[in-house]
Amino acid sequence: MATFFGEVLSVYSRAVEECDEDLDENEEDEQIHREIEENREVHIEWGPEVTQSLGSGSNTLQCSDLIIAVGQNAAGFLSACVLNAESWDAVGCASLWNERSRGSSRQSSAPLPGEPACLFYRHRDNPAVLICQSTCYIAEDQLFQWTEKVFGCLQNRGLNVMVLSDSPMAEYKTSEYLYGSTIPFIRSLKSSAYKCQAFCPAVEQPNILTGLPAAVLSHCQVHQIPAVLYQCYSDVISPDSVTMETYKPALTSLSKLVKLESCPSADVLRKFAKISETQSNLYT
Amino acid sequence: MNWNADCEPGLILIHRFMYSSPELRLAVLQIRTPIIQTKSKKFCKLMVSWIKASGFSRTVLLSSSHAYQRDDQQLLGTPLRYLQTPSMQKVTGDRLKEMEWREMETVSTFPGVTDSEQRLYIPGGGATKGLFTDSCAEDIPLVVVLIFCSEGDNIPDAFTLLNHLNTWLHLVDAPAQMQPKWRIPASWRLLFGSGIPPALF
Repeated sequence: MATFFGEVLSVYSRAVEECDEDLDENEEDEQIHREIEENREVHIEWGPEVTQSLGSGSNTLQCSDLIIAVGQNAAGFLSACVLNAESWDAVGCASLWNERSRGSSRQSSAPLPGEPACLFYRHRDNPAVLICQSTCYIAEDQLFQWTEKVFGCLQNRGLNVMVLSDSPMAEYKTSEYLYGSTIPFIRSLKSSAYKCQAFCPAVEQPNILTGLPAAVLSHCQVHQIPAVLYQCYSDVISPDSVTMETYKPALTSLSKLVKLESCPSADVLRKFAKISETQSNLYT
Repeated sequence: MNWNADCEPGLILIHRFMYSSPELRLAVLQIRTPIIQTKSKKFCKLMVSWIKASGFSRTVLLSSSHAYQRDDQQLLGTPLRYLQTPSMQKVTGDRLKEMEWREMETVSTFPGVTDSEQRLYIPGGGATKGLFTDSCAEDIPLVVVLIFCSEGDNIPDAFTLLNHLNTWLHLVDAPAQMQPKWRIPASWRLLFGSGIPPALF
């Protein structure tokens, strides 16, 4: 939908087509639908140690803190400031296929470096702390599966969740026009069970959060798990060191959980950001 | 009209929310997101069994249908329609007909073919038809109240539907010949995007 000034907004239709239940599916149709559902299934693959822990006794991992990074800037920030400390083991991944995440169709092998993926890391000295970096697109029909399968492996009791998530500035609604030095910025949203103070203002109405962060927070709200989401709004599409730096206040909470290296400089952050080069310039 | 006072920042509202008013003996289930089509049947079954288990004396399903798919007759008169299950008919009797409400018309299964079977068709109504037919099968007293509307700013349609419902259920008192003063939810703000850049002018 275009506004009066030509801005294009991604507004989704609230109308939904009637599900035609008058047509009886034949066996071939049913098989096709089954195969489509199987293709779109979310698979959580854990390494041998975690598989062993899950196989014994309670079938769930004891986890005190789960930190989820959604998007390249959030994932880049965790890579630079937290995972860079080399005290983390890669313990699993979520593999799924959809029209936008075709690259993650290989279920038998781990994603290649730089490939959009959903990876889990566990701290060596404090194995109750898990990090998840999600840079692949998870479709609407897969979000519920993802949250059920991931949280199904974790003990709810004593669990705290923090989500860091990237969002384009175009999706932020405010009556005042925002520009220049105010961008990028962070807003928070907490589940009712989260009693601590967030490090930034809460996201204002009528903003809507979508995708994996929304699915995780909804799950935590329903199951009364303390969770806080920090959504960073940026006007840069590609990974960017300035946007990554916006997440720095999260280090205060993270440093209470695990020992962190001193916060890297902007140069180090830039190394984790892709530098988008101009492919062609019409004027030179 | 004033904005809903619940527009404080950080108030978390998820995709389905249940509100209740003990004074009005009313529960409202707000479904904010569309149901994934392949899960629609399952959703209808779960909803209907929940309604049955909860023992509601009557259920009202507010919905809408694409205005552009009306036939010639439906283009005339009110855009509001209703449907009621046989169990609901036993509760309300002819009350809705006496209020001159229009029942949703059926359509021919094969348009243009004479003596073709008639069927219920609610384009753009999502799970409405599924919920209605399952409620009929399970003897649930349910009435569908829907409005023909188009994509875009549906705020006036929402008020039309609500005022229509209020003429039957009298949820909110209103002076004679006037509409009640409804509170506008914060989610209706900025429907068409953020503020305008001042540098534009």
